Amino acid sequence: MKALLIDIGSTFTKVTLVNLDPPFLIGTSQALTTAATDLMEGLEKALEAFSPEQLNGVKVKRACSSAAGGLRIVAIGLVSDLTVKAAREAALGAGARVLAAYSYTLTDQEIQEIKGLKPDLLLLAGGTDGGERKTILENAAIIAEAGLEVPVVYAGNKVVASEAVEILKNKVPRVVVSRNVMPEVNILNPQPARQAIRQLYLEEITKAKGLDRIQEQVGLAMPTPMAVMRGGELLQSSWKKEVVVVDVGGATTDVHSFCDGKPRTSGVIFRGLEEPFAKRTVEGDLGMRVSIFSLLQSLGEESLAANLPFVPEEGEITAYAMRVHNERGALPRNEREMYLERALAMSCIREALLRHAGSLNETYTPGGRIWLQKGKDLTKVDLMVGTGGVLVRAQKPSDILGGALKDRDPLALTPVNPELYLDEHYILSAIGLLAEVDSGAAEMLLKEALAPTGRDED
Amino acid sequence: MIVSCINLYAVFDWEKPWFQKEAGIVPQTIIVLGVIGADVHAVGNKILDVAFSQHGFKVVNLGVMVSQEEFINAAVESNASVIMVSSLYGHGEMDCRGLREKCREAGIGDILLYVGGNLVVGKRTFAEVEKIFQEMGFDRVYPPGVLPDVAIVDLERDLGL
Repeated sequence: MKALLIDIGSTFTKVTLVNLDPPFLIGTSQALTTAATDLMEGLEKALEAFSPEQLNGVKVKRACSSAAGGLRIVAIGLVSDLTVKAAREAALGAGARVLAAYSYTLTDQEIQEIKGLKPDLLLLAGGTDGGERKTILENAAIIAEAGLEVPVVYAGNKVVASEAVEILKNKVPRVVVSRNVMPEVNILNPQPARQAIRQLYLEEITKAKGLDRIQEQVGLAMPTPMAVMRGGELLQSSWKKEVVVVDVGGATTDVHSFCDGKPRTSGVIFRGLEEPFAKRTVEGDLGMRVSIFSLLQSLGEESLAANLPFVPEEGEITAYAMRVHNERGALPRNEREMYLERALAMSCIREALLRHAGSLNETYTPGGRIWLQKGKDLTKVDLMVGTGGVLVRAQKPSDILGGALKDRDPLALTPVNPELYLDEHYILSAIGLLAEVDSGAAEMLLKEALAPTGRDED
Repeated sequence: MIVSCINLYAVFDWEKPWFQKEAGIVPQTIIVLGVIGADVHAVGNKILDVAFSQHGFKVVNLGVMVSQEEFINAAVESNASVIMVSSLYGHGEMDCRGLREKCREAGIGDILLYVGGNLVVGKRTFAEVEKIFQEMGFDRVYPPGVLPDVAIVDLERDLGL
């Protein structure tokens, strides 16, 4: 028995063919995604790499997609540090891009903004269970009146859930009620909302995005980032290790962490909303292709030059950025460009980890100095896995992964000397897809897929 | 001693639902509770939590080292009737100033504010201290050593229960 796992990205359609009994990787292949015409064309092109015998006996087909802009969500909550943050976490955990997040009662201007953003889904939160109820009902009424034509997941105060559904019913295409993303103050519960988002994605959004044919033919299962997350979750649970996954893409750099991230040392007190065990962040301004100019802008060319073994010529970095930004599927052509690519990837990882991880703040009390921790402590994470085209293609991926961890800011809680692994065949998302069908086989494949690149020694 | 404190907490946490059930009251009135500022006195906070929960109130306990903003955010999300602020380390006057004004900004200007503990340092009578905090907008001010029952009776009176 075999399984065909498909990842339809915005640039490439990647297919992974695996044997299930016994589990091993048969091969991978990719072709340019044909978003302009029919997505099936790109898929068929990618499948040409396999012989008919190889494709014989495929019993399981599963696909994930980040094409057509991925899953685009607007999150709405009450207080920005509490339910708005909880709603954002839930949406990110479902593999979405959070286009915007709003707090308190929505204004006319905000409704206009939402209309302009054209989200696929609204995630409506606000109030703890039994807590504040006025604002979420007002927001439901405002959304109902706005004629947004966008499905809604309700994940707020449970006490007024049916009242909110009554308001929204027949005014938006669909309303799904999930459990509250923040049932008690500072307690996070993202899992039910993640499931509700996925349900709507499969039942409503794929149709709207023209992915329904793919869904019929190969069984679209989830957005790609969710598949990567599933892969990471499987790694964490089967290897019993704390894990960080960094995914450096053309448009974004995603970081996933799988650990509780609570304070590790005495004298450190955690503040704020609790952090999800499986946490995902997406940095839309850190990317190797589509987002390369925003990457250069947020880093500055000088900090990039610090990671190069040569002094770049005037305009060299910009010229390279121009080329890879404009040519679809462009790759480095010579050694200098490879060094540039490496330095860019290191910067993406370093910055994305800094934003994902928590930080410490010094405070003095009459009892002496203590530290306040915000966000997750990743310093004791056991292993860090790199994935994404730039790492998979790199000659020395350990240099990039290890280099990104050097010269840490002592107050940032980024990983310290984890074991470094590479998703060598770029199949972590495929393993995530397979995990739902056959978790045993997926576990076996993880061992084959992840190549240790060692710890960074110096 | 730390270990025994932790054990004590564990027992309280375990007993809390039982207390609530015993009292036979469905939690309705919501109290936001916490120790303000850079104050880390945790034991009294836990005792207040148990006492109020046992009485049938729903307690949103923010623990120690709570900022004014955290009190207010929690009160907004949970639709609380009262914010109860503890301060044991003598800097209460500094830490509590402006809380009422911030509540007004956040749209919960009418919420009840209670405060108690070793609120100031130096030789001032409790009457003076009470006046300072009432002028700051606190509805009830308690000196050290007051039992939780007193606050419960006051709260029921203030809420007309």
